[in-house]
Amino acid sequence: MSEATSTGYPEENYLTQGSTLKSWLLTTDHKRIGVLYLLTISVFFLLGGLFAAGIRLELATPQGDLVQPETYNRMFTMHGILMIFFFLIPSIPATLGNFLIPLQIGAKDVAFPRLNLASWYIFVIGGCFTLWALVSGGVDTGWTFYTPFSTLFSNSHVLPAALGVFITGFSSILTGLNFIVTIHRMRAPGLTWFKLPLFIWSHYATSLIQVLGTPVVAITIVLVAFERVFHLGIFDPSVGGDPVLFQHLFWFYSHPAVYIMILPGMGVISEVVATFSRKRIFGYKFMAFAVLAIAVLGFFVWGHHMFVSTQSVYAGTVFSVLTMLVAIPSAVKVFNWTATMYNGAVSWDTPMLYAIGFIGLFTIGGLTGVMLGTMGIDIHVHDTYFVVAHFHYVMVGGAIMAFLAGIHYWWPKIAGKTYPVFWSKLAALIVFIGFNLTFFPQFLLGYMGMPRRYHAYPEEFQVLNVLSSAGATVLGVGYLLPVIYLTYSFFFGARCAQNPWGAVGLEWETTSPPPTLNFDEIPTVTGEVYDYSPKKEAQVV
Amino acid sequence: MSVHVSPTSTYVKVFLTLILLTATTVWVAFYDFGILNNVIALGIAFAKATVVVLFFMHVKWSSPLIKLIAGAGVVWLVILILFTLGDYLTRTIHYTAPPI
Ligand SMILES: [Cu+2]
Repeated sequence: MSEATSTGYPEENYLTQGSTLKSWLLTTDHKRIGVLYLLTISVFFLLGGLFAAGIRLELATPQGDLVQPETYNRMFTMHGILMIFFFLIPSIPATLGNFLIPLQIGAKDVAFPRLNLASWYIFVIGGCFTLWALVSGGVDTGWTFYTPFSTLFSNSHVLPAALGVFITGFSSILTGLNFIVTIHRMRAPGLTWFKLPLFIWSHYATSLIQVLGTPVVAITIVLVAFERVFHLGIFDPSVGGDPVLFQHLFWFYSHPAVYIMILPGMGVISEVVATFSRKRIFGYKFMAFAVLAIAVLGFFVWGHHMFVSTQSVYAGTVFSVLTMLVAIPSAVKVFNWTATMYNGAVSWDTPMLYAIGFIGLFTIGGLTGVMLGTMGIDIHVHDTYFVVAHFHYVMVGGAIMAFLAGIHYWWPKIAGKTYPVFWSKLAALIVFIGFNLTFFPQFLLGYMGMPRRYHAYPEEFQVLNVLSSAGATVLGVGYLLPVIYLTYSFFFGARCAQNPWGAVGLEWETTSPPPTLNFDEIPTVTGEVYDYSPKKEAQVV
Repeated sequence: MSVHVSPTSTYVKVFLTLILLTATTVWVAFYDFGILNNVIALGIAFAKATVVVLFFMHVKWSSPLIKLIAGAGVVWLVILILFTLGDYLTRTIHYTAPPI
């Protein structure tokens, strides 16, 4: 990362346009809204992380000796709800996406700036309902709200939690809608679809899922609430309903929701790999179509969560085959990142370390997903720690690694400051080691048959569980470090150059941090995307 | 992009159509058509939604892109119903393994 020369640092930028609380809470600047989201989701991540810490602490010993079983149920439920709906789903789109989409397409803002602010407020209101559920005692249904437990039997605070998720859904829909319209209508002159960075393509695909899928989970949650309060016969078999119908409706959204979490991450990784390999992304068009393919195919596979429900084996077979098809575009992504690095001038800066971590961990998460999509294996490991390990490899090893890669890559753009190289590389290493130590043992535990969602377990599982808990501590340190040095950097860090990585892309053609309206003059695009020609290379150094 | 402005009479017609279709729903509810009960009720509901989307929400006068996006919503609903029925309608068919 190169530091700023005496000239070139913008004294006037989006951060200097008012420092009062009001100037932040009433802003319609997509960059400030991105920062608001970043702060909010960090709080939810911390809360969700505390519950994870509680879970790992309980599981350090085979006996359920730390908390009551009821409390344990509430801990893993709150962990899931907070992490999925309030951290992972908005993590990259609402922060980095919000900040960067207008910059990358050469626009002054998103298409609907006030709607953008409204979606942040809706997110916060939804979060408040969930916190209300939390402080009044929590929920014990699991983040999946499965019926009939959630509608007929649970004595916990299902309603406020469900309402929180319902409300937050609208924030997600509005963000997606905003991005779709922005990408369609606000591109700079000359910026045709196949000149768009893959970060934009992946956010476009993500937005489609948000708009097409989220309404289904919203209405499903309303049905749960109605059945709980008015005893309608939708999911309750004693009055003509069917609990498995809930699983159909829920997973129709919640499988694609996995791609809401991972596709933006793939966008980040594409940018980082191109920049730090000094090469155009290998097979650019394939990469663009691959994210769209994943987004669309993702809507045809939800039944793989229901192999051991009463779902018909014929439907199960179809869902199983379709699930495996998702592996094809996913593999295209992984192979093309690798091919981009091949013969590239690879540099090992912090964002690239996270990106390489992502590629490896996502591959493990994805391949174990193919295993789980195989009905025979799934029946063996269903509801075990194998599943837990699988989706943490995708969501923590994938989505959060990509989030950290993106934060470290665009931090100079967001804050206009440098961060300590040594500490950031150390943190990347600690996160990688801590992550694998936490979750690899869970694959083994699951394969040996340890079920998920229990607070006690047979003694022979203790060694692997202790390893996992120890890893969680390491991982916690790895996550805490960036919070500390980035906060320090934001206030006291050295000013950085406009384009510290020597990257191409419209976002680097404006100052760091950018002015409120992003560009003094709307750029006209003539070159290709990822144009890392040797000539540019020489200019950078 | 020019914005289409509908005359008030269009909205009145939409309103009257919706009222008429609602009345039809109530009226047919008094007769038992057997297996067709749900088909008729959903058919009327679908007709109402179509009127709202096309005229009240101006999709009839919108660009092809808007039509595509509105159509995608319908297609996605069909995916949801089709694959869910794919489960329900095949549950009772029992699989017998072929003799080895
Ligand atoms: Cu799934």
